[in-house]
Amino acid sequence: MSEWLSEVWRAREILYFLAWRDVKVRYKQAVLGLAWAVLQPLFTMLIFTFFFGRLARIPSEGVPYPLFSYSALVLWTYFAVTLSQVGNSLISNSSLITKIYFPRVLLPGAAALGGLLDLAVSSVFLVGMLLYYRISPRWTLLLTPIFVLQTVLLVLGVGMLLAAVNVRYRDVKYTIPFLTQIGLFVTPIIYPVTFLPTRFQGWLALNPMTGIVDGFRACLFGGHVDRTVLACSWIMTLALLLVGSLHFRSTERVFADIV
Amino acid sequence: MTAAIVVEDLSKRYELGELQRETQLRDQLVNFLRAPFRRHAPKEIIWALRNVSFSVEEGEVVGIIGRNGAGKSTLLKILSKITFPTSGRVRTRGRVASLLEVGTGFHEELTGRENVFLNGSILGMKKREVDTKLDAIIAFAGVERFIDTPIKRYSSGMRLRLGFAVAAHLEPDVLIVDEVLAVGDAGFQKKCISAMQDLRGGGRTVLFVSHNMAAVENLCSRGIWIANGGVRLDGATHEVIEAYMGTFSSPGSTASDLGTAEGRRGGGEIRYARIEFLSTEGELQSFVRAGKGIVIRLHYRADEPIERPSFGLKITTELGTVVTDTSTWLHGLDIPRVPPGDGHVDLEIDSLNLLPGRYLTSLWINSCVRPHLYDALENAVHLEVEEAPIYGSSRPIDSRYGVVFFPQRWRLEGIGAGSPIAVSSAANG
Repeated sequence: MSEWLSEVWRAREILYFLAWRDVKVRYKQAVLGLAWAVLQPLFTMLIFTFFFGRLARIPSEGVPYPLFSYSALVLWTYFAVTLSQVGNSLISNSSLITKIYFPRVLLPGAAALGGLLDLAVSSVFLVGMLLYYRISPRWTLLLTPIFVLQTVLLVLGVGMLLAAVNVRYRDVKYTIPFLTQIGLFVTPIIYPVTFLPTRFQGWLALNPMTGIVDGFRACLFGGHVDRTVLACSWIMTLALLLVGSLHFRSTERVFADIV
Repeated sequence: MTAAIVVEDLSKRYELGELQRETQLRDQLVNFLRAPFRRHAPKEIIWALRNVSFSVEEGEVVGIIGRNGAGKSTLLKILSKITFPTSGRVRTRGRVASLLEVGTGFHEELTGRENVFLNGSILGMKKREVDTKLDAIIAFAGVERFIDTPIKRYSSGMRLRLGFAVAAHLEPDVLIVDEVLAVGDAGFQKKCISAMQDLRGGGRTVLFVSHNMAAVENLCSRGIWIANGGVRLDGATHEVIEAYMGTFSSPGSTASDLGTAEGRRGGGEIRYARIEFLSTEGELQSFVRAGKGIVIRLHYRADEPIERPSFGLKITTELGTVVTDTSTWLHGLDIPRVPPGDGHVDLEIDSLNLLPGRYLTSLWINSCVRPHLYDALENAVHLEVEEAPIYGSSRPIDSRYGVVFFPQRWRLEGIGAGSPIAVSSAANG
């Protein structure tokens, strides 16, 4: 195990180059360039604000609804988009896998890393919104990177599991958009957890993104956050990371044969 | 002397059924529901490698030769850690760099410079290393002017040169090269060979797979002949090459030679039995002369009636450049039915305009009505083209002067006759 980790560490430059390649290619010849990183969560937020905030009058715990939904969408968009990229990272790099050796885990890793740039750009817009709505800064803002880290670990865990299974069973890639669609509704993005009847709130905690999104919002706006939900979220994240990497490692040997 | 590469009892098995196994989870589920206890029997097992053992000392340059399908590429893939053995072990010492393909990881949208960094990193170079060698790499490839253009604008030759330039500047302890010399024009191939020669000094261990016997002979001190997944012969390059070449049929040889040819593919319902070279008068020849007419007679044997086949033939240089690829289908010939039994088809060439040298012939028979291959013999037969006074001079002509020649003459009447074009700058009219 330790020699695998040191091998991955030695090959870390490849991780950087692969992530750099993905980002460069995504934005070459794209007129709007990095603006796309903001447009997706931004437009989603606008639609949500109109339908859920105004029309459906969903409460938002004292925070203006656009800000409420956008803050969650920043993390959710990273998760959803990057999950798809991580899940397909092996298939889309099949020519590399069959021609050259490097630790295969660098491929999902590079996909997860590449998405962080988009996250950074959409976060800048979030800061702008915070200023616009005159939200006073709290010391808890400094804790937000923890939730970002947790999202990265989660996307790696689920993504590696899906990527490894996807090599053998190609229809896995169709389940990813489906999962993210469902996830959008079973995560408190559009609504706060308190919006649900108490007997359902516990179920929501099984979704690791619940704790992440809740905790992230609490860091920004203050407000109460349930420690058990956070704990549950971390346990799920680490468990998925463990399962994902174990499965990835055990099937790594045959990737080149069946991709 | 320490061993740089040790291969112990290496075997690699592929199950053909695995490749065809359901790749859709839903189909697997359906199959399972239909017959929960039926084991999915593999269709066929192929041993790509069987009990291969050898070791290579530090600094040795070893050539690996063998027919297509013998297992050479699988061996290289295992040595490169791309795929894993079914049994047996491989140990390598030092940094291993594999060149199984030139330009691995190249992305069309990135510029040449960006791709050099990407490719170099993937091949194992640190960024610092690529920085120091960048200028040398660009100069080697000869693409200075285009280095900041996306490679989707490059010609295939430029791409090749760039990929090879990066690879040529790797400094691994062990270098594994797979037939990358088979692509590219003659000038590029010469450049590759001299780059490989430079690599030889410096205590580097090189494992080199190639069909180019001249290059193998030139560069390698030792040869390993892989046949049908095993080591057939391991020894001094010259001997191994001679033994290997001895298995190629020569024209005029008896039926048994083509019958036992290695690396033969196809269903076999109709098979080539023999190949003969005849003069235009119908006399058997053991060699052919450049510029003369020739009839290539392909004897076949059919085990059953064959519907609408196409007979094909391909001539390549020893380096792998295709000289000509022809078939009855290409000529628009329809062969409604071939009855079972023996027979032959003739290819009449009016003038064999190949320069003197050694060429390889590949043969095949396939079906025009369905995608089915009856027989395929890759590089099965030697073709020696002898010298002839092609241009009517006594000057010696050989393969240095190209691959083909045209009926031609030089006319010298214009010497000293002045120029019809007025030299002026108003040439835009």
